[in-house]
Amino acid sequence: MVAASFKFNIDGIEVEATEGQSVIEACDEAGIYIPRLCHHPELPPSGNCRVCTCKINGRHSAACVTPAAHGMVIENDTPQLTSDRRAVIEMLFVEGNHPCPYCVASGDCELQALGYRLGMVAPTQPYQWPERKIDATHPDIYLDHDRCILCSRCIRASRMEDGKTVFGFEGRGIAMRLNVDAQGGLGETQMAAIDKAASVCPVACIVIKRHNYQVPNGSRRFDKTPIGSDIEAKRTRRQS
Amino acid sequence: MSDVQVSQPQGNPLKGRLGPRKIVIDPVTRVEGHGKVTIKLNEAGEVEQARFHIVEFRGFERFICGRMYWEVPVIVQRLCGICPVSHHLGAGKAMDVIAGVDQLTPTAEKMRRLMHYGQVLQSNALNFFHLASPDLLLGFEAPVAQRNIIGVIEAFPQVGKWAIFIRKYGQQVIAATGGRRIHPRLCIPGGVNQNLTVENRDALRKDIDQIINWCCEALELHKSFVHSHETLHETFASFPSSYMSLVGADGGMDLYDGTLRAIDADGESIFEGVRPVDYRDYLTEEVRSWSYMKFPHIRSLGREDGWYRVGPLAQLNCCAFIGTPIAEIARKEFMALGHGGLVHATLAYHWARLICMIHCAETIKKLLFDDDLQGTDLVASGQRRSEGVAIIEAPRGTLLHHYAVDHNDQVTSANLIVSTTNNNEAMNRSVTKVAIDYLAGHEITEGLLNHIEVAIRAYDPCLSCATHALGQMPLVVTLEDAEGSVIATRIKE
Ligand code: SF4
Ligand code: SF4
Ligand code: FES
Repeated sequence: MVAASFKFNIDGIEVEATEGQSVIEACDEAGIYIPRLCHHPELPPSGNCRVCTCKINGRHSAACVTPAAHGMVIENDTPQLTSDRRAVIEMLFVEGNHPCPYCVASGDCELQALGYRLGMVAPTQPYQWPERKIDATHPDIYLDHDRCILCSRCIRASRMEDGKTVFGFEGRGIAMRLNVDAQGGLGETQMAAIDKAASVCPVACIVIKRHNYQVPNGSRRFDKTPIGSDIEAKRTRRQS
Repeated sequence: MSDVQVSQPQGNPLKGRLGPRKIVIDPVTRVEGHGKVTIKLNEAGEVEQARFHIVEFRGFERFICGRMYWEVPVIVQRLCGICPVSHHLGAGKAMDVIAGVDQLTPTAEKMRRLMHYGQVLQSNALNFFHLASPDLLLGFEAPVAQRNIIGVIEAFPQVGKWAIFIRKYGQQVIAATGGRRIHPRLCIPGGVNQNLTVENRDALRKDIDQIINWCCEALELHKSFVHSHETLHETFASFPSSYMSLVGADGGMDLYDGTLRAIDADGESIFEGVRPVDYRDYLTEEVRSWSYMKFPHIRSLGREDGWYRVGPLAQLNCCAFIGTPIAEIARKEFMALGHGGLVHATLAYHWARLICMIHCAETIKKLLFDDDLQGTDLVASGQRRSEGVAIIEAPRGTLLHHYAVDHNDQVTSANLIVSTTNNNEAMNRSVTKVAIDYLAGHEITEGLLNHIEVAIRAYDPCLSCATHALGQMPLVVTLEDAEGSVIATRIKE
């Protein structure tokens, strides 16, 4: 049975969606970019970063966990929402340690790219300078906890895709942090470099060893086009 | 000048006036930390000793511990705003050793060299044109308001052109090899992350002959200064010393790679062919309480006599020849200043610096016509090691990077000996010489300050980039007695 299709409106644009799609999925397909961090197209949504928050029928809701529905009226690209998202991104920056200029992910990092896209110049919030250590116990992968933004992508990937439970959160609120399911660090877990969990991190927290800085400046993923351009290109293609 | 620390009077000032005195000169820097010159007088009121203090940024060694070894070449250039490219290459070479790679692919080796020669060219151009040429071309005594690059451009318009375009060209080389002018990225352990595109190669080829010519014209202009000030050039802040630099396997000048050579003041060999990995057998570092800097010296000669000079003058004195034709002719003419021996004049650093610039420009040209730069074999691999030492001749002289890395790929220790540190003792001696020659009575004259500046600038110490822009070096001079009581203070903005 073919899923029923219906329409909703986002920033004045009609979007066609099918039953079962979330707002963010329908918009992605239509070539409309909603900024996001924890959402990953190949993983079930978790709704924990709130970057994708839109005004849906007048209420603030996370687009990645809100099912699309007929007749919805959504505000996405507005000055107020952009500023709210910028504030969220800023908090993520100051809660960890993010020295982009020398970071292995620079130019390829979703947090950094979103900072640029949303016009974040320098954080206005005070830096927290947390003290976190690298877990380099695994022969092929290391965890740089300084960069973790607690998006839970790795937890979902490990459970749903890899059938393992390598990652989990411990603590709550500001004290929450990523943990692995072995006392002796990542090296003692079931983790392998080919796992899905090793490739979904939006920042430089889960990093494959010895493959860093191989892409020169100017050729990295976000050097030429801002984050979201790939999604927006679908719409441009369709229009022309 | 609000952040100057002036020593507070202590003890009995009357008593101090009769005993040894100390003059403190305090150039405060904004970025790299701050330096200070102390001139100590003896009981008779004569100069006993002078010291040039630099607060070096030493947090790096601790900061880097725990980081992944491949991050170091990128991190190191961020933490040291002084010569980022030289540190990138120095750390990059050390990480080759860690990665077990002793021989880079031709493309990788030549890309690194191209970047390095671009860096040395632009850094030496900055020192010579922007910082030193006002002193040399306008005179040490010219009014401060005029003794800067703007003053030079008014008097010698061609210098402005050279200053801008030679520097810009060097930066263009860096951008073509590392993606951007400042804080480029090229080195990865065992190789590089890109080759030279044909577009970049062609753009660089277009101007290289002009750059070589301008470097030669600058040398001619400088020589005319030397020839009209021969005694000053030979004696100012000068003394015989030992020298150390890398040289190539054939004994020729090699600023990127090779083995260490040290020679004494008569040009006799102290050591030859020392591989970076063996540096600790030949060099040792001493920490002195009054300075944050380390004092490296040649182990076999001991603390007192083991000091040496590095940088362009040492690079010229240590090499048997230069492998590029114009620079080699210039080297022979330069060495004639030593009448068969070494050249010891401190101001000759500038002449040597200009020859190095010519050599860099010629080498860049040679590389731009080498097809290996368009090769695609960028990285070699080898058997991982736990320790890596590398040495490079940075614009200011010998630069050493030494790291230890554990089985998890994390750095466990780091030791850097930077060029300015190598020149520590030599700079003290030059300042002492200036103080002896130019200090009259207990008055701290502007002339004395100027001469001290000129002497320090010859070595192009790290703090110069921040404070000497447009020839301005803020100074605070304090005259102290034996117990540290301040007798007089003089500030030069
Ligand atoms: S993880 Fe991203 S945001 Fe954080 S330092 Fe690296 S590049 Fe910057
Ligand atoms: S490690 Fe990466 S994927 Fe996992 S929670 Fe942290 S930021 Fe997200
Ligand atoms: S992307 Fe929707 S909450 Fe993170």
